[in-house]
Amino acid sequence: MNPTPSQTVGPFYGYALPFPGGGDLAAGGVTVHGYVHDGAGAPVPDALLEFWQADPAGGLRGTPGTLRRDPVNGAIIGRHGVDFTGFGRVPTDADGRWTLRTLVPGTGYISVCVFARGLLHHLYTRIYLAEHPFLDTLPPERARTLLATRERDDVYRFDIHLQGDKETIFFDFG
Amino acid sequence: MTSPPTQADIDLEIAAIRAAREGARTHHPDRDYAPYRSTALRHPKQPLVPLKDPEAAELTGPVFGVTDVTALDSDLTRQHPGEPMGERITVQGRVLDRDGRPVRGQLVEIWQANAAGRYPHQRDDHPAPLDPNFTGVGRCLTDDEGGYAFTTVRPGAYPWRNHLNAWRPAHIHFSVFGTAFTQRLVTQMYFPGDPLFPYDPILNSVTDERARRRLVAAYDHELSRPEWSLGYRWDIVLDGPAATWTEEGR
Repeated sequence: MNPTPSQTVGPFYGYALPFPGGGDLAAGGVTVHGYVHDGAGAPVPDALLEFWQADPAGGLRGTPGTLRRDPVNGAIIGRHGVDFTGFGRVPTDADGRWTLRTLVPGTGYISVCVFARGLLHHLYTRIYLAEHPFLDTLPPERARTLLATRERDDVYRFDIHLQGDKETIFFDFG
Repeated sequence: MTSPPTQADIDLEIAAIRAAREGARTHHPDRDYAPYRSTALRHPKQPLVPLKDPEAAELTGPVFGVTDVTALDSDLTRQHPGEPMGERITVQGRVLDRDGRPVRGQLVEIWQANAAGRYPHQRDDHPAPLDPNFTGVGRCLTDDEGGYAFTTVRPGAYPWRNHLNAWRPAHIHFSVFGTAFTQRLVTQMYFPGDPLFPYDPILNSVTDERARRRLVAAYDHELSRPEWSLGYRWDIVLDGPAATWTEEGR
């Protein structure tokens, strides 16, 4: 069957898609943070990032409960902190910045899906927290765009450039 | 400072790109689509890097369940003390993969303007009334047949600043998960017969007419409820590969 075409997330998803604690997959692990930039190097304050990753053992089954709800008033109370759901969603702030708190995935990478006003079809990239053989299979001059910079213990920086000299590698899964 | 483009300027650009693509069978919009001005600095210029790895995490995806939705989430007309203004509608359909298999138990999220064409968002300064009885956000999980259903009001068209006198046709934003992260879809559903279709660069970024038609819901009289609501049907087909757990024995 022919697929339903993509359309931009637009500027007004902010009251619908983000949720409290969306970037807090787990406490006590690592913090990954960075900016989203456009082709002029300007921050993108209306991007929405989604993250999907394996658990520390490499498991990719995921569990429900990312958006756990209060049955009394319907409010989102979020993860209960026992299961690792593997999924996160973070809108960039007015500075184009995002923050993720999670566990180190057993596979070595965190998958990222980028949505934004002005982006008609989402983009996929990956955050590698350390050197990985997969990075050696990529065009060497661009492979580094997927490697987070370790700033200090358990804190990593990863910027996404939608366009330009530092353009991030984006994937086609075909 | 250059003056903003007129609708006629945008129409010419849309027509030129469409003529250049005549007959091409594409499903998704190009990320580089000049008539939608905000794409200019927000599309990659390097080609996407093909990634075909049967072990890729992206062939699996997040899981949702009964904890993640409440019964009220799928009825956008019951989320406030009073009834929202506007034409009450139901929108329902199925979420399928490209092989036509239902996508079961997955999250469908929607958001939309109110009947006057206004979003309850600080950055929406369109001088149309907000409706205290309508937020315009809904969620549900697909059922065993991949089915989803929402009750809401028909959203209004609204102006935006892409060019002079730019108006978006009425639409409902949809966010849909498949079984794999590769199948992720964010899109917009339109209403049949909207006179604004030819003027809208976002809809026309889908250059293949056949694909564009797949973004338009069908009015279905069988789904209309007497003395209550008008019914629309819209099926969603997710693109992208997924892991086949059974074959891998996992």
